[in-house]
Amino acid sequence: MTLSKTTSRGGKAVEVRGLAKHYGETKALDGVDLDVTQGTVLGVLGPNGAGKTTLVRILSTLVKPDAGTARVAGYDVLSQPRQLRRVIGLTGQYASVDEKLSGRENLYMIGRLLDLSRKDARARADEMLERFSLTEAARRPAMNYSGGMRRRLDLAASMVGHPSVLYLDEPTTGLDPRTRNEVWEEVQRMVADGATVLLTTQYMEEAEQLANELTVIDRGRVIAEGRIDELKAKVGGRTLQIRPVDRAELPRMVAALDQAGLDGIAGATADEAEGLVNVPIVSDEQLTAVVGLLGARDFSIAGISTHLPSLDEVFLALTGQKTADANEFEEVGA
Amino acid sequence: MTATRSVSVAVDGGREAGMSATAIATTATARSGEGRIGLRANLRHIGALVRRNLLQIKQDPESMFDALLMPVIFTLLFVYVFGGAVSGNQHAYVNYMIPGLMAMMGMNIAMAVGTGINTDFKTGVMDRFRTMPIARSSVLIAKIVVEVGRMLIATAILLVMGFILGLTVQTSVLHLLAAVALAMVFGASLMWIFTLLGLTMKSAQAVQGVAMIVLMPLQFGSSIFAKPTTMPGWLQGFTKVNPLSSLADANRNLINGGPVAHSALITLAWAAAITLVTAPLAVAKFRKKA
Repeated sequence: MTLSKTTSRGGKAVEVRGLAKHYGETKALDGVDLDVTQGTVLGVLGPNGAGKTTLVRILSTLVKPDAGTARVAGYDVLSQPRQLRRVIGLTGQYASVDEKLSGRENLYMIGRLLDLSRKDARARADEMLERFSLTEAARRPAMNYSGGMRRRLDLAASMVGHPSVLYLDEPTTGLDPRTRNEVWEEVQRMVADGATVLLTTQYMEEAEQLANELTVIDRGRVIAEGRIDELKAKVGGRTLQIRPVDRAELPRMVAALDQAGLDGIAGATADEAEGLVNVPIVSDEQLTAVVGLLGARDFSIAGISTHLPSLDEVFLALTGQKTADANEFEEVGA
Repeated sequence: MTATRSVSVAVDGGREAGMSATAIATTATARSGEGRIGLRANLRHIGALVRRNLLQIKQDPESMFDALLMPVIFTLLFVYVFGGAVSGNQHAYVNYMIPGLMAMMGMNIAMAVGTGINTDFKTGVMDRFRTMPIARSSVLIAKIVVEVGRMLIATAILLVMGFILGLTVQTSVLHLLAAVALAMVFGASLMWIFTLLGLTMKSAQAVQGVAMIVLMPLQFGSSIFAKPTTMPGWLQGFTKVNPLSSLADANRNLINGGPVAHSALITLAWAAAITLVTAPLAVAKFRKKA
């Protein structure tokens, strides 16, 4: 037994290497590597069936991986599941509380299961109810809670044991926008309190709101990772959109840009429907050069704007290029 | 071991000031090396889970109907419908059937373990339990403790009904208690079968359906309601090996007087065999269930 089981701030709270899980022919996870830095939020972004939930279930010792290693707070999921369970909290897509019990009884039970004394368990339950604005509903059975209250109770239940690593598996799936905002606020508070969070989501907006870093997975594989702005840059930086006064000039503009051979400028396209020329750029110098060139060639320009790709576009660009479906579709189209 | 763990947490606590004061307190209690769960902690967990099951009953009192009403309805029905036909008069039949019904009662109540566990997995609350630092078996054990309690209540009501209808204990109170204990032991062994069913079947309704199909022939193809000597030969053969017959016979002789040892031993052997085979299977299935 080593002394430094827990990692220091800035260290890795979660380390996953080559993780694989197959269900028959289906590769739920097919060699996933990822790290979550202590005290940060890692967003795991992916469509339905990408393997997000399998990843969370392996990291919370519910499912055993077929290959690869995963360590949480220094504990191995396979050889040290008991220790690992002491430091994690899990909130899944489905409320994992006892619906017949009141909010207070649920939290009290969890406190007792975490070896708190009766008195401490009661105090902790009340503290959590207060914090998650459930005090008024404390005595009602959870089955009578609204969707948002139930999710909050679920979060509260995950927090009773002061977990150092928290898994949120699609925490706002199926919630209305107001309730979703409530959950986001709670997560932001947890992070402010020092929790390390692994968040899976299908919503780009959610990842942008909550996550410091992103790992994009599709079909059990990591297809991109990094900070959100890094990922955006990776997908093409900004798009410069130029609107000519006369739409008929679109092809001539594109041709002029292609022939000019400006440094790093390639792939200008005409969007006939919108009446725009789209030019991918990565720097302000390129923006100046493009505008200068068009001015020098006497094009009449009605409007210019730059457009940062949304996370949706990032995701579409990343998965669209890589998924087998998209390729098959292209082949059929061609 | 405990000290080492506390130190490592304390080191972390220095960095995560404010947050880990309680964490240290939590870690210091009930911790033995390598994350194993000590006996006292285990009992505490089972206690908390038993409390959960009792609160569920409080919230949903209808779930007690089987334990509270079944003994009343069954005794009235069987005594007045079959009594005259089987034993010539109701009074004589009470002393024949009530000991047998004790065997049947346990079976019907044991079924609730299976449906309950199946429902727990459906709602996701089991995921919560299985990601907590508790022995996974404590969830099953708590359920069985509560069901044995419900069985005792059902048996008590059954006996009260019996006494109202004229049941007489011809041996002693100790013999009567022994009959109750024998029924409990056998009923508890059945719970493992239903646990296994609950873990295997897709829905609680399926558990109930399969259980009924298995239970009906077992209950009626036994000595519970009628003397096997009145049945055709092939059915007599079945009633002879049916453990419910052994339990009913043992209980009948414990209450009415007669040789007990043989049928009681067979009942206990069945209970032991059922537990030895199905309990490890159920626990293994429970651990593995994704």
